Amino acid sequence: MTTAEIAAPAKKVRATDHRSASRWLMAATIVILCLWVLVPIYLILVNTLSSPDQVTSWPRQFFPSFDLGSLTFFANYQGVAYALLNSVIVALMTMIFSIGLGAPAGYALARFDFPGKNIFRVIVLMTRAFPLPLLALPLAIMFIQIGLDDTRFGLALVHTMLAMPFAILITASLFMGIPYELEEAAWTLGCNRLTAFVKVVLPLVMPGIAASAVFAFVISWNEVFAAAVLTIQNRTLTAFLLTSLNESPLYLKFAGGAVLVIPALFFLFAVRKYLFAMWGIANR
Amino acid sequence: MQARSLPYLLLAPASVFLVVFFLYPAIDVAIQAFTVEGEWTWANFGDMVDHWKFESALWNTLLLAAIVVPLQIALSLFMATMVTKMKRGRDLILYIWTIPLGISDLAAGIIWLAILEQNGFLNSALFGLGIIDSPTTILSYQNPWVLLIAVAIAEIWRSTAIVLVILVAGMGLIPKEYYEAAEVFGAGPWKRFVRITLPMMRPSLQTALILRTILAFEVFAVVIALAGTNMPILMGEVYEWEFRLRDSGVASAYALVVLGISIAFTIFFLWALRVPKGARV
Repeated sequence: MTTAEIAAPAKKVRATDHRSASRWLMAATIVILCLWVLVPIYLILVNTLSSPDQVTSWPRQFFPSFDLGSLTFFANYQGVAYALLNSVIVALMTMIFSIGLGAPAGYALARFDFPGKNIFRVIVLMTRAFPLPLLALPLAIMFIQIGLDDTRFGLALVHTMLAMPFAILITASLFMGIPYELEEAAWTLGCNRLTAFVKVVLPLVMPGIAASAVFAFVISWNEVFAAAVLTIQNRTLTAFLLTSLNESPLYLKFAGGAVLVIPALFFLFAVRKYLFAMWGIANR
Repeated sequence: MQARSLPYLLLAPASVFLVVFFLYPAIDVAIQAFTVEGEWTWANFGDMVDHWKFESALWNTLLLAAIVVPLQIALSLFMATMVTKMKRGRDLILYIWTIPLGISDLAAGIIWLAILEQNGFLNSALFGLGIIDSPTTILSYQNPWVLLIAVAIAEIWRSTAIVLVILVAGMGLIPKEYYEAAEVFGAGPWKRFVRITLPMMRPSLQTALILRTILAFEVFAVVIALAGTNMPILMGEVYEWEFRLRDSGVASAYALVVLGISIAFTIFFLWALRVPKGARV
């Protein structure tokens, strides 16, 4: 046997060794990064599912006792139920407004070429380079003048300003994905513009529109600054938690944090299929 | 007639909305910053700069962005590269990694408070490992650097997901042939990353940098949850002046500072990462 013949298999073995080692390393890194995301969420759930006494005890247990004390305290705390209701209503209004205003604009951007189209696009894109929550300051004064101060409707309008640019860009890309020929075919078969849209285009884009509506909901649900500036009596849950951070006990904060997180998780799961398509396109 | 006016009819509601709720307030906030009781003046900016918190608020905000954003970009590039290499379980991993996308900055602050507070999980874990004997205060005004790092960790934990989504979407657009050609010519993984991935990702990196930098300047609730008022930041001061001190002139001046640095950095990134015409895919 020559040395070359011996060396060849040995080299092959080392190469596979190396490859499987790097595969293990990659798997380990992926697991660590998953834990980095998941462990903090797990820990806030442990706190939420423990009794108030356990939450403030030392040292802390790393497993929940499934005591609903913290949650019932949170649910019965003065103002929480109302704040939760406000959050849901404002988020629903934001969802309806931003799709109602944004989808027609998205359709126009996708289907027509017309003078002024670029100016509109630029203004929409400009909103992305602008710290939008700051607009709550001048709007707070405007709302006092027109009687919209401290109302759910007023706050929903400001949240719509945050969510609508996304809705416009996302729906525009959705409509672009539907061939215009389909609509034209519908016209030749006796549809007018509106019925062609309702019967042909709408069913095709509906899932995508639902996803961007969910996105608008989450934007409003999570927004803190404008909500805290614009509401006093009608606080949303985020504004309520923020303004009571100083005086409220720890277990109230933790339960509140968990209640904020959980719906967002479900919503994100519902739209996960669209997430990358939406962001990939909305950011071009 | 219909076809010509239709796009304008469709755009009209959104346009009116943008004018009333974006252009008008944007101009109005500038007017408020430069006026006191109807008179044009620099007084609001004077009050702002003279206040003892201004300098540390500006410094903390910029420093936080300078720590958080580069780390997020690096971490996201790393995660995106790994995800594109994966064969199985890609969707599950991406879902887990993007979970923080749905979490508000307030919730993120509260979550990290549960870990870092005096009787929190970090101290309990250190106690369990025998490293400390009794709970120590981590989040104290006496160690501003620790506060800054705590906020930075919470921010990196929460908002890296958005960068990841943008970069994964961008990485998917790079033609596979480029890598194959580079491999034929003997380029190793690192060289391929530096010579193909990074240059091709320029538009996505630009978007991610602009978006994240602006959001980093808007940091607010995480800081309030973790550091209270012990760590002044710009948005916190806007809120403070608007609410506690009831002076919307100075609050607007602060708002213009946030706006100014946001626009400056946007223009910088647009220029620094511009893609030459003819090099676009």
